[in-house]
Amino acid sequence: MHRYILRRLFLLIPVMFGVSLVVFTIMFFTPGDPAKLMLGERAPEAEVAALRAQMGLDDPFPVQFGRFIFNAVRGDLGRSLVTRRPVFQELYARFPATLQLAAAGVLVAVVMGIPIGILSATRQYSAFDAASMGIALVGVSMPNFWQGMMMILLFSVSLGVFPSSGYGTLRHLIMPALTIGTSTAAIITRMTRSSMLEVVRQDYIRTARAKGLSERVVINRHALKNALIPIVTVIGLQFGYLLGGAVLTESIFSWPGVGRLMVDAIRQKDYPVVQGGVLLLALTFSVVNLGVDILYAYIDPRIKAQYK
Amino acid sequence: MRTETDDIIQSSDEHPGELPEKLSPDEHPPLTPAPELSKRRGQWGEVWRRLRKNRTAMFGLAVVLLIIFTAIFADVIAPYSFRVQNLDRIAEAPSRDHLLGTDDLGRDILSRIIFGARVSLQVGFIAVSISIILGGTLGAVAGYYGGRMDNVIMRVMDVLLAIPSILLAIAIVSAFGGGIVNVMIAVGISYIPVYARIVKASFISIKEQEFIEAARAVGARDGRIIVRHILPNSLAPIIVQGTLGVATAILSAAGLSFIGLGIQPPTPEWGAMLSSGRHLIRSAWHVATFPGLAIMLTIFALNLLGDGLRDALDPRLKQ
Repeated sequence: MHRYILRRLFLLIPVMFGVSLVVFTIMFFTPGDPAKLMLGERAPEAEVAALRAQMGLDDPFPVQFGRFIFNAVRGDLGRSLVTRRPVFQELYARFPATLQLAAAGVLVAVVMGIPIGILSATRQYSAFDAASMGIALVGVSMPNFWQGMMMILLFSVSLGVFPSSGYGTLRHLIMPALTIGTSTAAIITRMTRSSMLEVVRQDYIRTARAKGLSERVVINRHALKNALIPIVTVIGLQFGYLLGGAVLTESIFSWPGVGRLMVDAIRQKDYPVVQGGVLLLALTFSVVNLGVDILYAYIDPRIKAQYK
Repeated sequence: MRTETDDIIQSSDEHPGELPEKLSPDEHPPLTPAPELSKRRGQWGEVWRRLRKNRTAMFGLAVVLLIIFTAIFADVIAPYSFRVQNLDRIAEAPSRDHLLGTDDLGRDILSRIIFGARVSLQVGFIAVSISIILGGTLGAVAGYYGGRMDNVIMRVMDVLLAIPSILLAIAIVSAFGGGIVNVMIAVGISYIPVYARIVKASFISIKEQEFIEAARAVGARDGRIIVRHILPNSLAPIIVQGTLGVATAILSAAGLSFIGLGIQPPTPEWGAMLSSGRHLIRSAWHVATFPGLAIMLTIFALNLLGDGLRDALDPRLKQ
């Protein structure tokens, strides 16, 4: 098992190297001169040229990329062109807020999605099933930035229950968490339902019923545990979606996370920050998926057995 | 709903052959064909017959067709131009003159939503086409040849998959600028790995089947085997994913426009319209509400159709 975890951790290195290469290449070929951006359009040519040389912007691509990787491994992601502060510091300050939002979104999704999915599956073709599947489909179809605005309209503007922006208390967290978690909740509901339906058709469920176990025990103890495996995968994959969605949700609710930092950076053409933000979120996503794969092995003894 | 006939057809259809040579679009299958008759109609006639029985999928299809129709005939249907501003009637609530009200520049929201359908559908379909063509080719090569080629392609796909797709699209558009073409390319590229994986998986399962061996035995070349024999049999998952993918692409493009990176004004795009209504949310709720509803209806219909297609193309998956 430890070997499996180590192997997976080791595999993260080439993937992150690849991600860095992709992101660095995109930013490298971006039109516009970072030195000019830092000094302003009217700066004298000589000054711009001096800064370019100082920043190493005249070096060939492989040299620049090599330097970027060498520095990134040590936690140096360059400096923001706007605030001049190290990108790492900027991201580090905002990262907890993004993690909090994404985690709250997953919590919303799991708490809503799994129970509704189970109930739908145990009452297949009932009115409850039809209604929850209909609502889930609406949930998947709703753009989350629009949902966020509609919630502000209803809960902040009309009812005045929740603040429309800000950070710090549970009341600030509820609307952003619902916004970011709804479509994931819908996906988990659908996944739980179909996974449960598949499991309850298995022979061992029939056996469990045949030996006279109550329906509750059959569902909770026998079916759910087996149905959970694909659901856990989906939760892991959705985490990436949530991190991406954070970019939109954070800018609606003025949530002080990495997403909003990136949107601001994009507006100001502050590429090192955009680059660092994408890298950080991709790394987080990869680590979460690694965690999910390991969790898997604990849920499913068959997988664990392979790596003994 | 799964019926007995479906089961019979399914069992007789375990190893579907090639696409039928002739499949004229005006040839509608009868309402309740006998199994032996439907066998002659081929796989796609069967799919259409099963799809027709699925009421929610047909509703989805009808709405999608209606939106496509609206997009094509926007010039005729829209009551006003999408760009004419009327600064005397800024952010007016819905009225008889302007059924869905006016926006922050006094433009008719209904007309802009109607023209916006053109932009959103174009972006959705073209972005998905880019993903399918590039991702599908990579997946086909990886699945068919396997070995080192497969390894290289799939490792590159793993890298792309590690970046949440909307972030990849944001990175591309923030570097190369917004505009409809860049948005299509950015969204298209960000979903390449999804199609590469799907196509690879189905190529691997099909290339081992006997009819491929037979084709190879009679001397068919790789290109012909891929295009004529494997591809038609791996279309089902691509079609399903493609339909759902158009929905995702429309959402991603709207998201990009919402943060100001996507389609630029005055082009009416639903995400950009939403974004412009954002600061009016307290005074004029309708400016942001209706474009959002338009996005939702389109995505909802595409999802219904996609789910229906999945059930129709592979009834074994249906639950």
